[in-house]
Amino acid sequence: MSGPISDPSPKRQTAIEIAGDVRSGRRSATDVLEAHLAAIEAAEPRVHAFNHVMVDEARAKAAAVDRQVQAGEDPGALGGIPIALKDNLCTRGVPTTCSSRILSGWRPPYDATVVARLGDAGAVAIGKTNLDEFAMGSSTENSAFGPTRNPLDLSRVPGGSSGGSAAAVAAGFSALAVGTDTGGSIRQPAALCGVVGMKPTYGLVSRYGLIAFASSLDQIGPFAATVADAALLFDVIAGHDPCDSTSLDGSVPSASARLEAGADGLRVGVVAELTNAEGIATDVVARVREAADALADAGAKVDEVSVPAAIYGLTSYYLIAPAEASSNLARYDGVRYGFRQPADDITAMYSQTRAAGFGPEVKRRIMLGTYALSAGYYDAYYGKAQQVRTLIIRDFAAAYESFDVLLGPTTPTTAFELGAKTAEPLAMYLSDVCTIPSNLAGHPAMTVPFRTGEDGMPVGVQVLAPALGETVMFQVAAVLEHAAGRAAEGSGA
Amino acid sequence: MACVPARISTADVAHVARLARLDLSDEDLEQFTEQLGAVLEHAKDVEALDTAGVPPTAHPLPLRNVLRPDLVVPSLDRDEVLAEAPEAEAGQFRVPRILGETP
Repeated sequence: MSGPISDPSPKRQTAIEIAGDVRSGRRSATDVLEAHLAAIEAAEPRVHAFNHVMVDEARAKAAAVDRQVQAGEDPGALGGIPIALKDNLCTRGVPTTCSSRILSGWRPPYDATVVARLGDAGAVAIGKTNLDEFAMGSSTENSAFGPTRNPLDLSRVPGGSSGGSAAAVAAGFSALAVGTDTGGSIRQPAALCGVVGMKPTYGLVSRYGLIAFASSLDQIGPFAATVADAALLFDVIAGHDPCDSTSLDGSVPSASARLEAGADGLRVGVVAELTNAEGIATDVVARVREAADALADAGAKVDEVSVPAAIYGLTSYYLIAPAEASSNLARYDGVRYGFRQPADDITAMYSQTRAAGFGPEVKRRIMLGTYALSAGYYDAYYGKAQQVRTLIIRDFAAAYESFDVLLGPTTPTTAFELGAKTAEPLAMYLSDVCTIPSNLAGHPAMTVPFRTGEDGMPVGVQVLAPALGETVMFQVAAVLEHAAGRAAEGSGA
Repeated sequence: MACVPARISTADVAHVARLARLDLSDEDLEQFTEQLGAVLEHAKDVEALDTAGVPPTAHPLPLRNVLRPDLVVPSLDRDEVLAEAPEAEAGQFRVPRILGETP
């Protein structure tokens, strides 16, 4: 079962190249789509990146893009680019499950704003990707429909919860993918699969039509094979939406604006608490140090910085996120949509529907959240966690007085084996220790593949920025991508 | 500052399961008691942190109320929405008996 499904560094077209070819008529959107569908057919049974491949809808969309090009119309910024959608984003008439039994068979009556924006920009939605049920997990093993495997080594997990989206891009099933990040669910799987993944500033991307997990933390963001492709996708999905009351209505920072600007003069802080944290593997730390050196070589002023409260982020998160989830998931009661377990009275129907419809991790988090919010425990758990959240925001603010961006690992280790952490929820939770602080603060953060660990699997280096700092964050990520590529060429890999 | 309560008991877990409308088996209760206990034990590490006088953060953005003009706009199509319900009747969601009345 182990071994990659394809050359780990295949000569594949970037999303930007695909869009250029389609716009100029060099290649049809249909031809692009069929090549990706062929890749899916060849390897999907082993990877299981998708809950549902949208063959008919994708073919119709690609044909529509081709007609636009033939008519001399602009097919849009993403015209003809195949994109995979995490299966917690509502797609009108297309099954949307959150990888949960409780929503199996449900076809939403509307599109999420992000899905509509992608369609308007000409992207070809190719399928709905697998996730940990309701985005609760770090390995995609919590899916009711079976795990996704890491395309680079099928014995390992792709990370989670957006494991299907990360695997789809890594396997070449789609040029781009969209995921969601509540505590690291874009960045962690992107790092483990060797692709770029980004969580935007809270409020920049509309959550309308995203099935809620923890509303004060959830953000939708891009997966791509390159930094420039991720920037292209972010620039399309970001922007104000009147349907989301938490959507920012100021100007949106451009991710693409300064990709070529280098790092000269930028102030980069390596976060001591993330890089020196317990359980961060030595090979991962070594890559972070090399990334810092690469930025210094490019003219950045690099120093170590302390964000003391960051070490309490994990604890704070695992009280706040379940508390919000316990409230958000109260709506799955067998009345309005999805699965119902028939019973004689309504209370029994609720309790039996939820018992049969939710998997163990979702139940665990609902229980944890309900407990943390219940009378007598609220102050000790939820209240304290919210105060820690304030401290994290303060400590980041202090760090950003002296630095433009921060740097750290994305994950404690490279991709682990399937089954390695399923028996111990707490061990699985620790996978998110480096990514959670940005969610609690509402800040943007992204991961860039930066060489490999001792096991040959990819390592992700994380770039963190203050709220609305997307432009400089992508600028630094592009420098790291260039440095990592140059080193790979230099070593003959 | 409130102190962290004693380790969660099986009775606590059963109580929370009732509040959360989750029909759990005895086996589930045992397992969740142990696993939730471990997570809550880990949560004790924040006890060391002095948070006296620190305001809580419920949300990363300064939230304000969002208003829109009071205009009639199209909503989701009722039939399309009801078609996704487990049971519907006469333009409404159909549910089992709620009170003790005869159906």
